[in-house]
Amino acid sequence: MTTETLSTSLDQSLLYPSPLKEFWQAFAHNKGAVAGLAFMILLVICALFAPWIAPHDPSEQYREFLLTPPAWLEGGQLQFLLGTDEVGRDLLSRLIHGARLSLLIGLASVLMSLIPGILLGLVAGFFPRLLGPSIMRLMDIMLALPSLLLAVAIVAILGPGLINTIFAIAIVSLPSYVRLTRAAVMGELNRDYVTAARLAGASLPRLMFITVLPNCMAPLIVQATLSFSSAILDAAALGFLGLGVQPPTPEWGTMLASARDYIERAWWVVSLPGLTILLSVLAINLMGDGLRDALDPKLKNAQ
Amino acid sequence: MSLLDIKNLSVRFGDATAIPVVDGLDLCVDKGEVLAIVGESGSGKSVTMMALMGLIDAPGIVTADSLQFDGTDMLRLKGRQRRHIVGKDLSMVFQDPMTALNPSFTVGFQIEEVLRQHMNLKGQAARQRALQLLDRVEIPAAASRLNAYPHQLSGGMSQRVAIAMAIAAEPKLLIADEPTTALDVTIQAQIMDLLVGLQREQNMGLVLITHDLAVVAETAQRVCVMYAGQAVEIGNVPQLFNAPSHPYTEALLKAIPEHSQGQRRLTTLPGIVPGRYDRPLGCLLSPRCPYAQAHCREQRPSLDTHERGAARCFYPLNLTAEVA
Repeated sequence: MTTETLSTSLDQSLLYPSPLKEFWQAFAHNKGAVAGLAFMILLVICALFAPWIAPHDPSEQYREFLLTPPAWLEGGQLQFLLGTDEVGRDLLSRLIHGARLSLLIGLASVLMSLIPGILLGLVAGFFPRLLGPSIMRLMDIMLALPSLLLAVAIVAILGPGLINTIFAIAIVSLPSYVRLTRAAVMGELNRDYVTAARLAGASLPRLMFITVLPNCMAPLIVQATLSFSSAILDAAALGFLGLGVQPPTPEWGTMLASARDYIERAWWVVSLPGLTILLSVLAINLMGDGLRDALDPKLKNAQ
Repeated sequence: MSLLDIKNLSVRFGDATAIPVVDGLDLCVDKGEVLAIVGESGSGKSVTMMALMGLIDAPGIVTADSLQFDGTDMLRLKGRQRRHIVGKDLSMVFQDPMTALNPSFTVGFQIEEVLRQHMNLKGQAARQRALQLLDRVEIPAAASRLNAYPHQLSGGMSQRVAIAMAIAAEPKLLIADEPTTALDVTIQAQIMDLLVGLQREQNMGLVLITHDLAVVAETAQRVCVMYAGQAVEIGNVPQLFNAPSHPYTEALLKAIPEHSQGQRRLTTLPGIVPGRYDRPLGCLLSPRCPYAQAHCREQRPSLDTHERGAARCFYPLNLTAEVA
């Protein structure tokens, strides 16, 4: 009998689209988000294949070509497409290699704040009596400090460098994840399916990670993408202040800082890294917006 | 020995001096019996069932002389033992079908999860059984619904899935906590028919928590009327409907809109259920009761049995009435 119903009830019109396909349809609806995604893919390819794509070694100094303008300007050299900086290093190669660092910082700091943030948020949501308030007050204290100031303070304590920059940015963006997770958890905990899972005897870790957490992921994914861009921005700011990644490593913020003195004579040395930062942050934000529209059911049909 | 036997169950939130939310409740359900619990919102119906399943968290305190289900003391069960009973022999259908299913997993996965845990069915066998269950709860095109996520189903369909999950492990007692409240009227009737059909078929006990007296009249064998955490009347259907002996039951029956046909206003019971800070000294219904005497306002009546059931009233009504 069951095999019979299986064949008759497999009506084509009733085949539900897979969640992935449904997501992509909603995401593709937003043109800006798709453009952002395309730029991100370009950036990722640059970062992954930097040594092969970049025309020159990023720290190779061509002493005879100091501050060469980009190729399309008067006096430009075709071998230095975007010109050279104050010590004759190829800007394009440095920007391509810089994408590596920026993406690494973004990814690492997002992961380093996302995972502890989710854990703390879950704990805060599941233990609303004692543990929850203490975690949340700690987060409130962190939120009360301006984020860049806090990051500067952390780097000042730990000392400048790549790892410490990542660490500082991760700590600074922790509270938003904790609050977001806790709010989502508290909303889900009142649902009947959670009661049903408890009724069926689900243990606390199962309740936390299998029953509740997947249903809280949508806002977290969006926040992760958006804070990815702010992490890149923060890393650039720290680099500009001389507290981030140290020269001669090609980091966009550090490049900006070291070229500051030439802003009147050679605009490209400052503008191009700045433009790269702007474009990548914009692309990520557009993508994050698209993700939010696609993942948040409340906004799904609100176009 | 009855399937479910609750004696003197009390639930309070806070310390031992707090006002009980459920106060000295006695209930029993036999195999294959349908017991309805009715009462206004806030009269302790759902809390009773939560207490039975051990879902009352701190600061809630559950006390009972006995809380026996199928010969096991539910109060003393811990962890693993509880998991073997709750969800298998004792299962539940919730009020709001839209939140009763986990939005992150497909319907099929969620039903199969019950089968894997309690029935030891795996893979294709579990899939087949899940399909049978969906067919049993009359879901059209069951095979393709297995891959649907809860948000792709309507409310009535979700409730059918929830029922399929509840009966998947062939429970001995099914608790339906206002299973039709969130559904529209035509679907309500279908869901009730389904529940009662399943109950007869599998000879389960069914505890039906509801506001809907019409549903009770059609389906239940016995009714427990609750008010402010106490059982105020327990009786059989249809006697309780023909001749209610507690004023509150009478007021509930009068409040059915059909009974007010031709009148300008619907009949109501004035006032609200007493809360934590305005509990009367005497009978809990005394501020709202049209028959209340001075005596009622000073002393609390006890649940006294009479010929056709039991009522918590000093002056029960219709004791001598002729009922079929």
